[in-house]
Amino acid sequence: MQTKEQWETFKGRLWKEEVNVRDFIQNNYTPYDGDESFLEGPTEATNTLWGKLKELQKEERAKGGVLDMDTDIVSGITSHKPGYIDEATKDLEKVVGLQTDKPLKRAFMPYGGIKMAEEACQTYGYTPNPELHKIFTEYHKTHNQAVFDAYTPEMRSVRHNHIITGLPDTYGRGRIVGDYRRVALYGIDYLISQKQEDLANCGDGTMTDDVIRLREEIADQIKALKAMKVMAASYGYDISQPARDAKEAVQWLYFGYLAAIKTQNGAAMSVGRVSTFLDIYISRDLKAGKITEKEAQELIDHLVMKFRMVKFARIPSYNQLFSGDPVWATLEVAGKGSDGRSMVTKNDFRFLHTLENMGPSPEPNLTVLYSSSLPENFKKYAAKISVDTSSIQYENDDVMRPIWGDDYSICCCVSATQTGKEMQFFGARANLAKCLLYAVNGGVDVLTKQQCGPAYRPITSEYLDYDEVIEKYKKMLDWLAGLYVNTLNLIQYMHDKYYYEAAEMALIDTDVRRTFATGIAGFSHVVDSLSAIKYAKVKTIRDENGLVVDYETEGDFPRYGNDDDRADDIAVWLLHEFIKDVKKHHTYRDSEPTTSILTITSNVVYGKRTGAMPDGRKAGEPLSPGANPAYGAEKSGLLASLNSVAKLPYEWALDGISNTQTMNPDALGHDEAERVENLTHVLDGYFDQGAHHLNVNVFGKEKLLDAMAHPEKEEYANFTIRVSGYAVKFIDLTKEQQMDVISRTFHDHM
Amino acid sequence: MTTGYVNSVESFGSVDGPGVRYIFFLQGCHMRCRYCHNPETWSLKGGEGMTAREALDKALRYRNYWGDKGGITVSGGEALLQIDFVTELFELAKAEGINTALDTAGNPFTTQEPFFSKFKRLMKVTDLVILDIKQMNPDEHKALTGWTNENILEMARWCSDHGVDLWIRKVLVPGLTDSDEELKALRDFVAGLKSVKRFEVLPYHTLGLAKWKKLGIPYTLEGVKPPTKEEIERAEKILETNKYDGFRK
Repeated sequence: MQTKEQWETFKGRLWKEEVNVRDFIQNNYTPYDGDESFLEGPTEATNTLWGKLKELQKEERAKGGVLDMDTDIVSGITSHKPGYIDEATKDLEKVVGLQTDKPLKRAFMPYGGIKMAEEACQTYGYTPNPELHKIFTEYHKTHNQAVFDAYTPEMRSVRHNHIITGLPDTYGRGRIVGDYRRVALYGIDYLISQKQEDLANCGDGTMTDDVIRLREEIADQIKALKAMKVMAASYGYDISQPARDAKEAVQWLYFGYLAAIKTQNGAAMSVGRVSTFLDIYISRDLKAGKITEKEAQELIDHLVMKFRMVKFARIPSYNQLFSGDPVWATLEVAGKGSDGRSMVTKNDFRFLHTLENMGPSPEPNLTVLYSSSLPENFKKYAAKISVDTSSIQYENDDVMRPIWGDDYSICCCVSATQTGKEMQFFGARANLAKCLLYAVNGGVDVLTKQQCGPAYRPITSEYLDYDEVIEKYKKMLDWLAGLYVNTLNLIQYMHDKYYYEAAEMALIDTDVRRTFATGIAGFSHVVDSLSAIKYAKVKTIRDENGLVVDYETEGDFPRYGNDDDRADDIAVWLLHEFIKDVKKHHTYRDSEPTTSILTITSNVVYGKRTGAMPDGRKAGEPLSPGANPAYGAEKSGLLASLNSVAKLPYEWALDGISNTQTMNPDALGHDEAERVENLTHVLDGYFDQGAHHLNVNVFGKEKLLDAMAHPEKEEYANFTIRVSGYAVKFIDLTKEQQMDVISRTFHDHM
Repeated sequence: MTTGYVNSVESFGSVDGPGVRYIFFLQGCHMRCRYCHNPETWSLKGGEGMTAREALDKALRYRNYWGDKGGITVSGGEALLQIDFVTELFELAKAEGINTALDTAGNPFTTQEPFFSKFKRLMKVTDLVILDIKQMNPDEHKALTGWTNENILEMARWCSDHGVDLWIRKVLVPGLTDSDEELKALRDFVAGLKSVKRFEVLPYHTLGLAKWKKLGIPYTLEGVKPPTKEEIERAEKILETNKYDGFRK
């Protein structure tokens, strides 16, 4: 067992024998069940720095969304000289490190695709260095180029027809959370020595494809670790050894994360579960009288400030999918240990408190790992922050812990991943609503008129028969799932080959568990449409070629979102059917297939590409987001809607079931105390049924309408709302998406 | 078992009684309040028929949201018009330890039989009565609702005398129900009641207007604006609503 001076007073054994942060946490954290009265306000330094940053954000918006871009340097761990929020006040920054040499300046990241990197620059009026174009077209292949080289015609067709969409073939797949805590706990040198040992023990000398690939990957990981040391040194820090105090622990951890965001522009670049871990260092320093609570809060405020600054250069089509410049710097608080102890520490309060000290913000994507048995004081504080800022999301620790253990992180919007032990192949989503239309029309796309799906026999009757539709839909789903999985196999292969996440994987066990995340879009519309076919009469309306282009539904039918089993049973069936189909197929690198019901803001774009549905949704209208019931379907209020969503078994959608709800403050209670109490009851009741996720918004429709009309008002500069899967500044959404948010159900019964 | 006629339900009621509540809006009301925001519940016909057992089973789907304070509220329409159904529902609910609240305007109340005995039986299983007092002046009450208010005030006093917890509500319509005289009279009346746990002003709102139009009933408050924040605060001050904080316990 090794001992280090930096580990003085830390308990436990296993984590000293091997890289095992979980064991360290479980042996050393101090649960806290008190209230928020210990919290401190922002320091002068925090106010100064955050003030400057707010100015920069304003400037960024005034310039059309991008403040500055790099056009010459290919971003890497050591590509840029040190940068600060402001050179003049750099001594105020308790946590240092920027993606480039200047704040909010976006790096040039061509490995995902040179075309996209260039397009991003050009969109905002920048001209990338032509030399880079030559390098990344003539001398070096990119992920995007490789994927398109290998795509089959059928894959191009489903992509073109948008039945499979949002694929990570034009952007980084993201969703890999390095265990950034390892940098703080062990220092880089030990991590390098462990990886070197892994390299020495990789394979038995027989050079299979797998062994060769892994050996190369480990070598890349070691290079990344070495580069992290160089980068940290440029800021004046030696991270070869473990952090010796709280300030160093925060800084070391952040350097690990910084290496990731300097090398990858993945859709989601999550921070992970760092709160309880950091509390151990802060508690030790507080106990030893080395820091005050004020200084502890300052450290967390400054770390969070850095997470609020993460930026990537994106292309317009990406922004349409994921509106408002999100990066999913997801960061978790709370949760419970496998031994039943609450993992809430004072630090979990500190992270939530950043939303009070520096105001609401979409990033980091603060996530409460919820259980009704968390300390009441913490539950109330989180609910209060929700009521005040609408900036946090809740995920059910009680359903995730049995599957992922007690040290998982959320790697994107809602998906769990074991920290340091697992990586995910992110795979966007298949549009199951379109698939239903394909089943009716024998694989012909009603919008493009192309024979995109297989030419199965179409439905020819005037009225739809439930059994016939189901039989055809099952076949079409099976086709779609197979093609979808194989398209993803190809994408993930190329991403590993041309855009490997060496910095993140260096902070994950070499013997890594892999999940293969598929996703579902259009969920509620399929459910309601099938319910309409089953319980009402659905007449087909055909064009001159006999293609069904619209539907007339006569009579009433139960809709998903009212706690009515007739509709909800169809929802459960649909999820099961799809995941069964997905699981039939081979998945890349023996990964474990999962699925999600999560659309993010892409529900608007997907809706545009989807024809009219039997549930009454018109062609082109937005799909309802995630697992949300369709707009206007909920007739009995919020809890009935929650009960419907709660019926979907998490075990069948291990990548997550996203639900976003908006409550009018007046309908949540008479005053803040009542609202907080009622909201905790809502969360308890929902999650105790095994539901997975809830985005909570507390505001009225009037506020959104006013923010849309007067985005210049100071109060709306950081007005944050939760959308499916993340938080966003409302004024940063496209007009279309703002309208979509406004048209959603507000629970405001008077 | 009596069949109850339910206009609609709300699974997430958070202001009509303590905590999170399941609310039944019953069909039927004799009053014709000029500001009514649920005119679709006036008709004595219609609504979904269900037994008390069926109604309670619907509500019980939400028990896990209620915590230690929440429960069920029966509102309307006028809930007391279906007193047999409400009583059966509340008796079943109390047998299962569920908190019950009755949201009423008191119009059907009378000490005549057979109503009075039924009412007393209902009160045995009612944890809270939420009573709307539309107007103190009987003539103005009649002009506003089509009915006088003696029996409503009598019901309030009966509840007070028999220890039934009360929340008193006053709908504030600028220029119609907010005169000094009116508010002072209400203040004095409520001050004389012993079991008032909460006294609140409900600002008039125009959300119900579309429903009147849809039903083709002429709306006589066209152009009347909801009260401003200042007008609400003035009314609350005169009524001394903040004295009644028993609901916090």
